[in-house]
Amino acid sequence: MTAPAVPAPTPATTGEMPRVRESSGRRNAELALLVFVMLLVLAYAATVEATALDTITSDFWIPVALVAGVFLGLHVVIRFLAPYADPALVPAVALLNGLGVAFLRRIDLAFADADERADLPIFSGVGGRQLAWTLIAVVLAAGLLIIVRDHRAVSRYAYTLGLVGIVLVMIPAVLPSQFSEINGAKLWIRVGGFQIQPGEFAKLALVSFFAYYLVRKREVLSLASRRFLGIDFPRGRDLGPVVAVWMLSLLVLVFEKDLGTALLYFGMFVVILYVATERVSWLIIGLLLFFGGAFLAYTLGASVGGPFANFYQRAQIWLDPFADPYADGFQMVQSLLGLGTGGLFGAGPGGGQPNKIPLVVSDFVFAGLGEEIGLFGLSALLVVYLLIVERGLRAGLAVRDSFGKLVAGGLAFTLGLQVFVIVGGVTGLIPLTGQTTPFLSAGGSSLMANWLIIAMLLRISDAAGRPVTGATGGRTSGPGGGGAPAQLHGAPTEVIRS
Amino acid sequence: MPEFVLTVARFGFLILLWIFVFTVVGVIRRDLFAGARSSRLVAAPRGVGASTGLPSRPAKVKRGRAAHQLVVTAGQLAGTRITLGEAQITIGRAEDSTLVITDDYASARHARLVPRSGQWFIEDLGSTNGTYLDRAKVTGPTPVPLGVPIRIGRTSLELRP
Repeated sequence: MTAPAVPAPTPATTGEMPRVRESSGRRNAELALLVFVMLLVLAYAATVEATALDTITSDFWIPVALVAGVFLGLHVVIRFLAPYADPALVPAVALLNGLGVAFLRRIDLAFADADERADLPIFSGVGGRQLAWTLIAVVLAAGLLIIVRDHRAVSRYAYTLGLVGIVLVMIPAVLPSQFSEINGAKLWIRVGGFQIQPGEFAKLALVSFFAYYLVRKREVLSLASRRFLGIDFPRGRDLGPVVAVWMLSLLVLVFEKDLGTALLYFGMFVVILYVATERVSWLIIGLLLFFGGAFLAYTLGASVGGPFANFYQRAQIWLDPFADPYADGFQMVQSLLGLGTGGLFGAGPGGGQPNKIPLVVSDFVFAGLGEEIGLFGLSALLVVYLLIVERGLRAGLAVRDSFGKLVAGGLAFTLGLQVFVIVGGVTGLIPLTGQTTPFLSAGGSSLMANWLIIAMLLRISDAAGRPVTGATGGRTSGPGGGGAPAQLHGAPTEVIRS
Repeated sequence: MPEFVLTVARFGFLILLWIFVFTVVGVIRRDLFAGARSSRLVAAPRGVGASTGLPSRPAKVKRGRAAHQLVVTAGQLAGTRITLGEAQITIGRAEDSTLVITDDYASARHARLVPRSGQWFIEDLGSTNGTYLDRAKVTGPTPVPLGVPIRIGRTSLELRP
């Protein structure tokens, strides 16, 4: 897509060659990192079998080889379709996803009978399902890269995406409990033995919609203001959309009984708002509204009960998990004991007892891993998450159009917030809510949605890294060529305030 | 399996995990510096990044150093920097300008900076109050030397290497 504000100057013939080489340098770095990741996962799988089975079966490498295959496939797709994309993103995600698959297989081993452990089929159990979901999710991510050649094309479907997002969020709330409730949270659509979590997919749709909406409204939101207590506050009428999203997330809290998801949607919106307007007052308003809402839910839960009772109970468990260690606090207590048993260096892959922790395949995957790789290993995983988020934000900083900036910033922040919510919950920092740990937890919806987010970040970081002018015409005029970016104030500059 | 092998595997895995983290940081670092070097914001880093094989681009200016930044030295936007690429820079109050200045004496489309074979030219776009290069009023495309102020209303801009 040609940005209308930049009439192409005389194309500089010099300097094209080094840039081409620069992009292939990035891809080679990505390939090397991917190979490293796969060796790491292979080492993990081997250690697990050596510790848990006391022997290494002849086909332990097959799951690792399968995920390695799809990751390499994705790498090839990126090499052709997004050559300037960030080199660290895919390997970092591949590490988490690969370890996730291997760890879930390790949990299958823990639950299997002692004499069946050695010949557990590859596609059986939670680990096998996760392996299959990984293959599907990576193919989906590659599909997104193939279909969306220019992230700005997405902005043309912004209102549709917004509607789809809200519908996806709301479906589990209106469905009867038998089709939507698992472990007290109504976040699912269950049909037969099959279940999906539509809210996971809503994130991508809602971020795109928010970004589009705010690019159009940012002027009025950032300029019209009233000064109060030294902080610029927006006018009352401009608060409408924020209040609407706040209401939406409160409804999620009430009807789907899930604080984490509510926090996720609300935080996502407030941060995109902050990025769009550069005004701290939005963060303050957002935090006040959220804590106000959470406190209200807590008080109502204590006095009225009803839909708020679940939230009140979770807050009580958080305040004192050991008050009722065999019933209400059982999950938290086992999680904390698992982490404590792991200590600094853990019991070694395969050496712990993750089967003691309830829900270890989904919510408590971090506690299960922590028992075996210890604080030392967990902090490495947290740094990997941090790097993923940082690369996403970096793509947002570097990309030239406002829509891309907001989408990348919003997606990266959402991913980081989700990690905070679940890891904070598992470790007892905040009340536990049932989020998935991105890329580690068992679950196809979460895996697919998060891989789609990564694909979008790759697409944006590719646009950010691509040279502004020169002979990239064939690639820049993707299938999305059209009027959309003209509406966006996509200033083709890079302004650095010193 | 002997205990010794398991211990080595256990700690070896943790060490490998951290080596991976630092390798990723290294790649990011190299990428950062390679990107910066191609736009010449930062001096070439010592040692790192040499393997990306970026030969120094042929100098586009025959004499003196090339301009790589446009810095606003006076006016409301003072301190703003724009990294110069190969695209022209439009200056004015209009939303779609590259540098949007909020200056009462500036026109919607006031002036533009155009690169031509490595030299930047300032061109007035029929503004009401005129564009000045140092003290002289700009009438046609005029080459802009480094460090000479371009005055638009109350705003002052300079090219920097």
